[in-house]
Amino acid sequence: MNLVKLTIDNKPVVVENGTTLLEAAKSIGIKIPSLCYMKMDDMNFENKPGGCRVCVVEVEGRRNLAPACKTECTEGMVVNTHTVRVVNARRTVVELILSDHPAECLTCAKSGECELQDLAQNLGIREIHYTGEQSHYKGDLSPAIIREMDKCIMCRRCETACNEVQTVGVLSAVNRGFESVVAPAFEMDLDHSVCTYCGQCVAVCPTGALTERDYTWKVIEALVDPTKTVVVQTAPAVRAALGESFGMEPGTLVTGKMVSALRKLGFDYVFDTDFAADLTIMEEGTELLDRLNRHLNGDQEVKLPILTSCCPGWVKFFEHQFPEMMDVPSTSKSPQQMFGSIAKSYFAKKMNKKREDLVVVSVMPCLAKKYECTREEFSVNGDPDVNVSISTRELAQLIRNANLDFAVLPDDDFDQPLGESTGASVIFGTTGGVIEAAVRTAYELHTGKHLEKVDFTELRGMEGSRKATVDFDGLKLNIGIAHGLGNARKLLEEVKSGKSEFHAIEIMACPGGCIGGGGQPYHHGNVDILKKRQRAIYEEDKGKPIRKSHENPFIQQLYKEFLGKPMSDLSHELLHTHYFDRKKKAEIE
Amino acid sequence: MAKVKIPENKVQELKDLCAKFNNEPGELINVLHGAQEMFGYLPAEIQEIVAEEMNVSVAHVYGVVTFYSFFSMLPKGKHPISICMGTACYVRGAEKVLEEFKRHLDVKVGETTPDGKFSLSCLRCVGACGLAPVVTIGERVYGRVSPEDVKGILGEY
Repeated sequence: MNLVKLTIDNKPVVVENGTTLLEAAKSIGIKIPSLCYMKMDDMNFENKPGGCRVCVVEVEGRRNLAPACKTECTEGMVVNTHTVRVVNARRTVVELILSDHPAECLTCAKSGECELQDLAQNLGIREIHYTGEQSHYKGDLSPAIIREMDKCIMCRRCETACNEVQTVGVLSAVNRGFESVVAPAFEMDLDHSVCTYCGQCVAVCPTGALTERDYTWKVIEALVDPTKTVVVQTAPAVRAALGESFGMEPGTLVTGKMVSALRKLGFDYVFDTDFAADLTIMEEGTELLDRLNRHLNGDQEVKLPILTSCCPGWVKFFEHQFPEMMDVPSTSKSPQQMFGSIAKSYFAKKMNKKREDLVVVSVMPCLAKKYECTREEFSVNGDPDVNVSISTRELAQLIRNANLDFAVLPDDDFDQPLGESTGASVIFGTTGGVIEAAVRTAYELHTGKHLEKVDFTELRGMEGSRKATVDFDGLKLNIGIAHGLGNARKLLEEVKSGKSEFHAIEIMACPGGCIGGGGQPYHHGNVDILKKRQRAIYEEDKGKPIRKSHENPFIQQLYKEFLGKPMSDLSHELLHTHYFDRKKKAEIE
Repeated sequence: MAKVKIPENKVQELKDLCAKFNNEPGELINVLHGAQEMFGYLPAEIQEIVAEEMNVSVAHVYGVVTFYSFFSMLPKGKHPISICMGTACYVRGAEKVLEEFKRHLDVKVGETTPDGKFSLSCLRCVGACGLAPVVTIGERVYGRVSPEDVKGILGEY
């Protein structure tokens, strides 16, 4: 390892060869302001086009200021990060960016979370000395994401997320000069593109150019409608992140406070998507064993590996990019949609309600869920199984609107019967969790033996793509895990080429799994936040009295009273789905 | 955008072109040059096929097509007119020449006359600054063009 010595702001520092000035400065507590730059080591995310020039510094002996994010440290370098020349240049750069930025901060969805706003504040900019043309682009309103490109500063982070990390390839810089903008091909709307609505572009956008489609008002309308019974379900990853919106330490579990807040907001029933996650394991786990047993008995027709299908971003991804492999993923619906189906059938019947009188709201760490609940196959006679899906951030907004002091809310418990869940369902919120939950149940169903050790640590972690072998009493089950669609693509290519050794693969579209979803409180590039959320999820699992899905007494009751058994006819009707080939084909005469 | 139907044999020709460059993403610009030569312009449908063959996203192809002024998504006229707007031509009055072409043809820059005969575009420097202002029509180069010459030049076609 080669080391170089240099001086930054009169402080000596020794770093590895190849380290950038920005990183070297950070290592000795000097925070050089930056804007377009973003790096997340475990997520394969690195965006440093060096375009914004906010991080410029003065290097002795160099004529021009150097961008700290792109300049590598060299031996003996003497660097100053806040000379008058540097500060003036930085202010000029930011003022020029602001001169072509709508001054709508007061009403912008990103206000308070905007990195451009923070930068202007930190630099103490009180006046913009430049006036000039303002760029205007057509707006784009999809079911999940809003693009307001007038607010784009061309940092290119969304492109990195969409192309490098997710390999979805929707976004690209198009046109030239002042006209240039980040857009889908032919500047079409996202709705017509191959966008998966994973929302990773939203998660990294420094300004309000990319935000979620806000449905909080639809929720309020339902809550005040006396003719409606409003049911809410909350995804596992929400409880591990919601606290951040109220200044709590990342990784603080707020399950009880969240339930309390939802009840105070006026929801008639506060239920848990985790219940539906347990149900997913019953269906998906049974499907896995069914395919596995048929395979072991020499059935050539059966496809292995089986791929999880809980993630709507992932589902849309393979529908666009791998339509020839649509028979590989499990047919099980996602927990959100299973919950909607059961709420509007089993639960409605139990409560003597018509399905139209029920409004099902979901709180999700995800933006793709907003799209998922609009898919036609998830509705009955035009009535969607899940009416509205809001993100963790939108729930925080609703809580603030209702004047609730979140930090001092007492802990409360979910309602029954759709609020009971096991530790297995909680870990659905992190990469590796769905497959671990499935293994816990499939092991017992397959071997007929009691599983003592429920923690499968070999399936846990943050590496983008992992593999492990689990011993099912002599049967070695090869399991693959990928999070981030780029990693998923690699595994899928392997499956396609017939080289895959896996029996089962779990895929989550977002880096880290749902804890890193596009609807979570903004992480601003800090991967530690995701790791803390992940720890919180495993902590919640550990604290649960029941940790295997099939032992959930309310799941057992649901099968006994209503569904019969996993993969029964009724289960197929309510809990399974099919996929659509969304690959666009060029028209040929 | 109107849908364009591409004949099957042309699709094969386009695929062969991509294969000639080993479907190498780094050769995208060369492929697009060839495709524009083949079709005269690069409609969305062509870009989609190229993206598929080169294993890059359509958004990326569109990004490249819209970045370089040489590439066009609109069909060019039988005689494509290009006015050089490079520094030398500009200071020697290229803008007035352009205005004259626009007036005579009644089209804007980037458009094609309704009869499909002429299309009008601007470019940056053809490397013949000594002849400024320069106009090219198809392969022919006209030097030291004045607004008064425009009518006569058009008359040649």
